[in-house]
Amino acid sequence: MNVGIGLPNTKHDITGEIMVTWARKADEGPFTSLGVLDRMVYQSTEPLMTLAAVAGVTQRVRLAATIIAAPLRNTVLLAKQAATLDLLSGGRLVLGVALGARREDYEAVGAQYRGRARRFNEQLLTLRTFWEDHTAVGPRPVQSGGPPLLVGGMSDQTFARVARYADGYIHGGGPPRAFARAAQRARAAWEDAGRPGTPMLWGMAYFAFGKEAVEASRQYLLDYYAFTGPFARRIAEGLLTTPQAVRQFIRGYADAGCDELILFPGVSDPEQLDRLADILEG
Amino acid sequence: MRITVIGGGPAGLYAALLLKKRYRDWHIEVYERNPAGATYGWGVVFSDRTLGELREADYTSYTEITDNFVIWDTIDVWYRGQLTRCRGHVFAGIARRKLLAILQARCRELGVLLHFEAEIEDPTQFISSADVLIAADGVNSVVRSTFAEVFRPSMVLGTARYIWLGTDKVLDAFTFIFRETEHGLFQVHAYPFDGNTSTFIVECSEDTWRHAGLDQADEAESLAFCQQLFSDHLGEHRLLSNRSRWIRFITLRNRTWHYENMVLLGDAAHTAHFSIGSGTKLAMEDAIVLANAFEEHGDDLEAVFDEYESLRKPKVEAFQQAAVESQTYFEHVRRYLHMEPVQFTFHLLTRSGRMSFDNLRLRDPTFINAVEHSCASDDGKLSAALFVPPPLLTPVRLGPTQLPNRLVLALSPDVGARDGVLPEAFVSHVLDGAHRAPALLLFPPVAVSAEGRMTPECPGLYRPEHRDAWATLMEQVHASTSARVIAHLSHAGRRGATRPRRHGLDLPLPPEAQWPLLAPSPLPYTPMSPTPRAMDRQEMEQVREAFVRAARLAAEAGVDVLQINMAHGYLLASFLSPLTNRREDEYGGPLENRMRYPLEVFQAVRAVWPEERPLGVTLTVSDQEPEGFTPEEAVTVGRELKMLGCDFIQVAVGQTTPHTRPAYGPAFLKVYSDLIRNEVHIPTVCGGYLTTADHVNTLVAAGRADLCIVSLEDYP
Ligand SMILES: Cc1cc2nc3c(=O)[nH]c(=O)nc-3n(C[C@H](O)[C@H](O)[C@H](O)COP(=O)(O)OP(=O)(O)OC[C@H]3O[C@@H](n4cnc5c(N)ncnc54)[C@H](O)[C@@H]3O)c2cc1C
Repeated sequence: MNVGIGLPNTKHDITGEIMVTWARKADEGPFTSLGVLDRMVYQSTEPLMTLAAVAGVTQRVRLAATIIAAPLRNTVLLAKQAATLDLLSGGRLVLGVALGARREDYEAVGAQYRGRARRFNEQLLTLRTFWEDHTAVGPRPVQSGGPPLLVGGMSDQTFARVARYADGYIHGGGPPRAFARAAQRARAAWEDAGRPGTPMLWGMAYFAFGKEAVEASRQYLLDYYAFTGPFARRIAEGLLTTPQAVRQFIRGYADAGCDELILFPGVSDPEQLDRLADILEG
Repeated sequence: MRITVIGGGPAGLYAALLLKKRYRDWHIEVYERNPAGATYGWGVVFSDRTLGELREADYTSYTEITDNFVIWDTIDVWYRGQLTRCRGHVFAGIARRKLLAILQARCRELGVLLHFEAEIEDPTQFISSADVLIAADGVNSVVRSTFAEVFRPSMVLGTARYIWLGTDKVLDAFTFIFRETEHGLFQVHAYPFDGNTSTFIVECSEDTWRHAGLDQADEAESLAFCQQLFSDHLGEHRLLSNRSRWIRFITLRNRTWHYENMVLLGDAAHTAHFSIGSGTKLAMEDAIVLANAFEEHGDDLEAVFDEYESLRKPKVEAFQQAAVESQTYFEHVRRYLHMEPVQFTFHLLTRSGRMSFDNLRLRDPTFINAVEHSCASDDGKLSAALFVPPPLLTPVRLGPTQLPNRLVLALSPDVGARDGVLPEAFVSHVLDGAHRAPALLLFPPVAVSAEGRMTPECPGLYRPEHRDAWATLMEQVHASTSARVIAHLSHAGRRGATRPRRHGLDLPLPPEAQWPLLAPSPLPYTPMSPTPRAMDRQEMEQVREAFVRAARLAAEAGVDVLQINMAHGYLLASFLSPLTNRREDEYGGPLENRMRYPLEVFQAVRAVWPEERPLGVTLTVSDQEPEGFTPEEAVTVGRELKMLGCDFIQVAVGQTTPHTRPAYGPAFLKVYSDLIRNEVHIPTVCGGYLTTADHVNTLVAAGRADLCIVSLEDYP
């Protein structure tokens, strides 16, 4: 299993310099990818632009949108941005997409909340055509067929989408057992659809080390996930705060068949990345 | 804070005592319409897991409840007059009256005000007089019905009739009795709950109930009827009634569980069929979560109720799902009366998917030993052998052929053929698969014509050189292994001319590479797919002849087993489904017409396919879409196929249109396989993500499937 690291693109105190430092360090470290989160009505940076900015200062790591709320965006523009990013990064983009759960995000961009599931299906169906069939809308992505497409979510429909339109599944976080159950649903759908091989399986989690960082991270998680109600607390409790917890978690995900696990920081201090790198290498 | 609780059942009393315990200064009152000691019903059952939560929530009542438990570990199944036992379970029972007495006493001790014989007819008075109104007034909740337009309850009525009785016979096991009578089948769910009495629920179908005249019977007559019917089990013991009536179970769900200062708890919010015995447990867990939510959010009621509802609803819904499966089993149990006792019992115990072959082996090795001996014999009676193989390694008959085991290995869907010709790499994949020793190797769909391909890389059986390549392949497989090969003949219909599935399903080929598509009606599969031509009679004949030609080529090549695709929205399946067949001729409209063409094709193939080799069908059992092809229709088609000489059915669901979304997960096809096998009485092949020997053993031993599909991806 690969381990990637998330960029702090949803932290209030982010600057260009911090972001670039994270990206450079990740590229030098043991990490295989850089992840970003998507949220419209929040003090966060736009995920694809963030990845574009760090593409220029990295050579090796994959750039993963984990995830983008696709129906908030125009499909052609999204296809073009993704193709652009894939081209400019030398084929390092992985595009995770999902519905996005927040109505306010839809309202903010003037997108219809109702009917978003059907629109999402249509987007998934068309994205690939832009990348595969050199239509008038370029550029041509470097990766053949376009960047790997991951779908996130938990409904039955999500797994049908994974099998029908995507290259894999991305899980929204939780203990290894929860990941394992979701992974089985994705594999079952994949097999039933007669897709060759198995779906790519990605997972994610949050980490923070040191008393202050842990406290700040918990506050951040309660705030960021406030819209989920009581689950915000559970997510905050799931924060990985010790080397032991990180290792056990990684082992659990690897055993459940995860291909790539992205660990997101709870605070933006790049020193957190160093500490995580030490654990992974140690 | 002033809290008013309506209903002094387990939910109301437990919520009142948990809140009073934490907030001694709150004013908490409970209104109960019955007198203190009186209550309907007999005993309730608990499982281990609930108990831990009760212990944490209130140790005092926990100790009293557990002190009064009757504990037992056995399930007895009486069927065809014969007893089959399975041990190693854990059940704890208590009289409902005792449970309520304990909770009432604890409420009083803590200072909760209890009002008995206080029926609330109009709950609106409490909206202003109380800070919080807890509606724990059971399945017929007056609070819920007063505000029905907010809570938006949905009630699904079960099809069976049941009556909740007691008996003074002391049972030592959870007892199921199945009794066939001239009126139909009756079944009993009975379990002990105190030292002297047991619960005795009698259930039957609506038809049986009417036929036995029970719709006209009063309480005494019903009691006498049941007493008489089960006299051999009861002996000198009496059945007891307590205002008992024959009713139908209501599965209740509510859109929301709270409104302003009101919140629904227990049966007022949700019910789950009694055959999984969880209503009291769920009611008490509701109370625990509500009390914890108050601790978390104080007097912010909106936050308290949101937390309660969002934590409880998903859990309760999962239970309701399992309960519906169990209920459905009992409503259709007549379907399984052809089974021998051991298999019948194993099927019953594994009905809701929460127990498997391996779980039961840990609980009761003797029982599983009997299950294995029953699988290993031809007639389902017990084999005399000392040791027998596990179910998945037992032989099975498929029409004219005896197979050595129950495993079907699915070959990779990534064939990479060119013009239908199998490439070298795939041939070695087939040989590798054969060496894994399955009974059968299942090919991905093999096109009967070039236009019938899904993608340009599909294998085909429509040219002499295809036959020659298959003949070589069959020789190689047969020379070194005992595996047999299934060629799965298919015409893609409106799902043709798509790209290989590396990046997704049904992505159309670029226009210049497409070929014309055929379908019963001119409806494109996705908005991007090309529109197919509605087939005329001549095209229907041509396609039928293409199937016949493919069958001949397969026979000449020495293919062992042939299977015809009528699933997943491909050509023949799209005739079956009303969603995709809009024809107005004799091939569209009622099922009789929609199945005409698929059956004609089957008959034509049967006529040329050698009798000594099995011929089967892959059949969609449900479109899983509104207005789609239904399981009942699939049973009808299955019966027709069987009459026409079909030897087996592989079950499938969905994909009729791109909008289906089956509840994917391990063994998700098993209910469909169970339905077809036990209604049509035909061997079934079941796939649907079976990744362990336990899955296969459980399906085979329970008679839900005869053969199971496994994938190399799961057994690398
Ligand atoms: C046949 C059968 C067998 C069952 N077996 C089991 C089992 O083995 N194990 C198990 O856990 N569960 C079992 N249950 C389920 C269990 O009985 C209920 O789920 C459980 O009692 C729910 O608790 P409650 O407090 O929500 O509702 P109830 O127990 O129904 O309590 C509601 C109370 O409110 C009172 N009330 C109603 N309306 C008013 C009003 N307007 N004013 C004042 N008072 C009112 C009623 O008199 C009653 O006392 C079974 C159910 C059935 C039907």
